[in-house]
Parts: sequence; structure tokens; C-alpha cells
Amino acid sequence: MRSGIIAKKVGMTRLFLEDGQQVPVTVLHMENLQVIAQRTSDSNGYTAVQLGTGAVKVKNVSKAMRGHFSVAKVEPKRKVAEFRVAPENLIDVGAELTADHYSVGQFVDVSGTSIGKGFAGAMKRHNFKGLRASHGVSISHRSHGSTGQCQGPGKVFKGKKMAGHMGAARVTTQNLQVVKTDADRGLIMIKGAVPGSKGGWVTVKDAGKKPLPDGVPFPAALRSANVVVEKTTAEIGEA
Amino acid sequence: MDIIAQIEAEHIASLGHEIPDFKAGDTIRVGYKVTEGTRSRVQNYEGVCIARNNGKGIAGSFTVRKISFGEGVERVFPLHSTNIESITVVRRGRVRRAKLYYLRERRGKSARIVEQTNYRAPSAGKDA
Repeated sequence: MRSGIIAKKVGMTRLFLEDGQQVPVTVLHMENLQVIAQRTSDSNGYTAVQLGTGAVKVKNVSKAMRGHFSVAKVEPKRKVAEFRVAPENLIDVGAELTADHYSVGQFVDVSGTSIGKGFAGAMKRHNFKGLRASHGVSISHRSHGSTGQCQGPGKVFKGKKMAGHMGAARVTTQNLQVVKTDADRGLIMIKGAVPGSKGGWVTVKDAGKKPLPDGVPFPAALRSANVVVEKTTAEIGEA
Repeated sequence: MDIIAQIEAEHIASLGHEIPDFKAGDTIRVGYKVTEGTRSRVQNYEGVCIARNNGKGIAGSFTVRKISFGEGVERVFPLHSTNIESITVVRRGRVRRAKLYYLRERRGKSARIVEQTNYRAPSAGKDA
């Protein structure tokens, strides 16, 4: 099992392929995705890597987290997440992951926080049909209808689908295909939609229900030291 | 420029399609690649452009209407589709609407469009 990545959802666009196909893609952006800590079976009882991404002002980081980042010798990160990995796939602390972690055509699972819909009715939330438009129905065309039987159970069963808060929950979309990656800019293009709003954080993992293709890097695609130097000098040049 | 706009601009540039200046009211000929079994050929579709949607960006499209065997036919083409071999402007029309949906209710003489005689191509600076 390899590590996943944390990325920011940038938005959607489309690509035209040579064979005339149009592919709708979601663009994900990876920025300074680094390993912050390792979890090992000796000290924690399981193996995982903790990754962090995104820039944050130091004054907005708690003292405890500042200490945690300083142990790893990395810049403070906005978003931190852990990924379970096999012991041989642990990545060194401080290593930076790049977008070619995923190969083109590979399937991935993407998790994010879905867009909040507020208090939603049964039709929107559970795809209920609602009541009829006529035939004596009054004021309750979008209601859920009956919620149970009579004195028999004498109660509404737990878990009954009703109106309530919808969205703003963690959602995973499985088996999305990677269409394109751009390691220089840290972009991954994924076919179709991924959960969450633009600017939201998502985690991307190898698909659990599809075999891993050949040629994906193990333990991860890492930015080599000399490339990092080039990038920083380029940034200075831009600034 | 935000990342999406940058990607779209690069993608349009990489496709390298030459799209002529045309608008609703112009009669255009679209060479569209059709694949029949294994071999593909280019099919010409000529008619009046009755609408252009979503600008010049990657999501842009246009609608072409023609009368085929007495029946009105409309096709929507994505502006940057790789299936489009060529777009040629056959005739420039003078119209006062951006969307010519009123042509759907018209036939024959009343569905004519006056030709624009004083057409001037937009300057390159304005286009970019």
C-alpha cells in the first residue's frame, strides 16, 4: 500500500483528445506536499505517513503544532493528513511528493468534504418522489409522506429517511481516472467530478477496487534535491 | 491568471486550430470528421450559424442550422473539437440579434438573411 496525497481542488475544465473525445476533468493542485511524521508499528502500532500541504502564517499555528513541524524541519502546513502505508513504503520525513506519483490512466479514489446544502427536504436529500400535484394533495407536494405504520410498532423506526442536514460531510468518489499529470506545476487532472467546492482540500489514494498499474513509483514520486534548488531560484527570479 | 484559465489557454494553443471570425447570421461550412468502422472521412455541413455560446474559451460552441430535405436540422459543434477539420465562412450575414432562434419558426422567404457588404475583419490587437 502506497501513500496517498493531499491536494487542493482548483476547478473543472475540459480536454479535447486526438480521437475527437471531450473529457471533463477536475484540476487538483499539490503545493509543497511534504512528509511531516512517520507512524511505525514499534511506536504507534501501525505504519503510516503524515503529510502536510499548503502555506499558513506562523502566528496562526498553535504552539504544539509549531513544535511538531519544527521536529520535522518543515514549514508550517495548512492541512495535515495521515495515510496508512505498508512498512516498506514509508517515506523519509521532509521529503516532498510530486504529481507524477500517479500515472496517466490509473484509477484513484478521491475524498473530500462535500458542498453543504443546509437543511434539505426528503426529495432533495433522499431522492423521494414527493406527493402528487393534484388529486386532493394540499400544501404538501414535496413532503416525505408516511413515516411508518400505526399502533403496531407505535413509533418511527430509527434511521428513517427524513428531511435534515445535507452535505458538508466527508464523501469518497471511487474509481476516477487520472487523465494528465504535470509535476512541474503540481497539477493532477482527474476525469469527472470530485467532492467539495473549489479551493477545498481533497485526498487522493490509489483505487481500492482496481489493480495498480505497472510503472507507478514506489514508495512515492519524490522531488529530488537539485530540482528543489532550481525551483526555489526560479521563484526568487519571479518575485 | 488563475490556474484553470492558464490550463485552458495552453490547451487551446496546443490544439492549434485556426478559427475564423464568424458570428450568428453567417453561413458557414464545417468539415467534420466522421468515423465509419475503421476509416474516417470529412463530412461537410453547411448552414446558418444561429448562435454562439460561451465565447472563445474551451467551452465555446456554436449552432448551425440548415434545411435538409425540407426539414430543419440544427447541430451544435464545440468550437475547439478535434473532430472539426475546418470552419469556413461562406457568407456574412447582417443580423440584429446574437441568437437567431426566430429562424426556427420561419420558412423560405422570411427566413432569409441580408448579406453584410461592409465586413471588416477585427484587428489582430483586439483579437488577442
